[in-house]
Amino acid sequence: MAVTAQPKLDAAKLRADFPIFEHPVHGKPLAFLDSAASSQKPRQVLDAMTAFYETSYANVHRGVYELAERATEALELAREKARAFVNAPAAREIVFLRNATEAINLVAYAWGLGNLGPGDVVLVTELEHHSNYVPWQFIAGKTGADFRMLPLDDQGELRLDLLDETAAGGTVKVVAAGYVSNSLGTVNPIEQLARWAHERGAIVVCDAAQAAPHRRVDVQTLGADFVAVSGHKMCGPSGIGFLWGRSELLEAMDPFLTGGHMIRKVGFEATSWGELPHKFEAGTAPMAEAVGLGAAIDYVTAAGLDAIEQHEHELAAHALDRLAELPRVTTYGPPADRRAGIVSFNVEGVHPHDVAQILDLEGVAIRAGHHCCQPLMQKLGVVATNRASFYLYTVREEIDQLVNGLQRVREVFG
Amino acid sequence: MSEFDQLYREVILDHYKNPRGHGVMDDADVEAEGQNPLCGDEVSIYVSFAEDGDTIDEVMFSGRGCAISQAATSMLTEMVKGRRASDVATMPKEDLLEEIGIPLTPVRMKCAMLGLATLKIALHKGKGTPLPDEWAGMDEIELK
Repeated sequence: MAVTAQPKLDAAKLRADFPIFEHPVHGKPLAFLDSAASSQKPRQVLDAMTAFYETSYANVHRGVYELAERATEALELAREKARAFVNAPAAREIVFLRNATEAINLVAYAWGLGNLGPGDVVLVTELEHHSNYVPWQFIAGKTGADFRMLPLDDQGELRLDLLDETAAGGTVKVVAAGYVSNSLGTVNPIEQLARWAHERGAIVVCDAAQAAPHRRVDVQTLGADFVAVSGHKMCGPSGIGFLWGRSELLEAMDPFLTGGHMIRKVGFEATSWGELPHKFEAGTAPMAEAVGLGAAIDYVTAAGLDAIEQHEHELAAHALDRLAELPRVTTYGPPADRRAGIVSFNVEGVHPHDVAQILDLEGVAIRAGHHCCQPLMQKLGVVATNRASFYLYTVREEIDQLVNGLQRVREVFG
Repeated sequence: MSEFDQLYREVILDHYKNPRGHGVMDDADVEAEGQNPLCGDEVSIYVSFAEDGDTIDEVMFSGRGCAISQAATSMLTEMVKGRRASDVATMPKEDLLEEIGIPLTPVRMKCAMLGLATLKIALHKGKGTPLPDEWAGMDEIELK
């Protein structure tokens, strides 16, 4: 990684690219603190998609006419951008899908069904989002493999010291771990987990939905064998994400969805599969969405992943400082220096739904609930938390708006 | 009335902070637990009947959850006292909504209806009264 002085992120300037901030909510400026759920879109992404629809739209890969060629080029250019974004060795290792959840399901079914059985151990962590928990639980159930969970410590970080013990008595085959926790902002040591897993012949499936938009992801050094990315969380449109996987694994796997485009030859006796990545892209691709993702990759890359990471780190530190000023507010997760731009908290005596509702009336959008991490909530001993999450367009004033809103909550509920 | 005042009007906050019928009934005739796993609202409903075995004598509820779910359930306990089980089992949700008196989004609707859904389950379990045909958005509520 080149060490250059990256310019500081100018969030206020970037914010001007996002049309959504022009509209007040309940008469107040929008403080959008829910980027972990999904991110807002800059005009550049919207324009790229419109331009595609207006000038280059046709179905890809098969047509001989000019428009089809243009559409195909646009899709494959987006794929190359995705490849470069995660520094994958080859574009054929990038599979376009709807989102990270779909990507993980692909691996669970297409790799899991053929590679798991009784005596095998599937290991997830207590931090996992349901998308990297439930598919493994389901496939373990189907194949007879043992489903196990690596616990957390009180700071919301993985108990790596318990890895051997948790996997004991079986052959660990899969370690499913998120890179960044969507609830606590914990950053997991994927490289370390991968070393442990590979020593034992297991694969590592990394949910990078909360990581890829906010920090550099380099699949050549990360150590994971599969990495799932959600485009809609990184300024891309809804309905697009991608899976990166090692070619040798993808080649050996069964397909996931079957049908058109993913075949080579179809006959009554037998059907053969297409080459990578097409083998995993049945049916018409989300073409305009992929183009939107390409534009989002350009946008985020131009802002600078390191600058984004630094910016969010400062916001998280500011948020934790300001929340600490408030009486009877509990925050969860690791200290500021070790966490990503996500802060979960509770207001004593006030249900998260009510907190979020009052904040909404102050123009502040946060998420209240279990954040698709019910096992983690059980560990924390709560049913739900409030969560504020940040991105490249988040400014400090929004956090201050959140804190003012919380004072209002206190006024109402005492 | 500002939007804020609308949603968290005095009456709602009063019922939330001073819930009517709050507590556990040890000798209930029928009881049931309801949860909205999406957000963690929980409610247990206990019902005791008068001598005729049909008129609701007392309703109590325990649990934790958001202001809307707890306030709505508190209002519900007052509404159903002295009414017949068969009546309450078919009570339209609009009756409770009218009592709550504020506009509710689909998400908060589930909070508001949790107590009513749980009460109807309790009556069904204990008295065999019919369950409603449609749960109108309550299909994500876990009812035991």
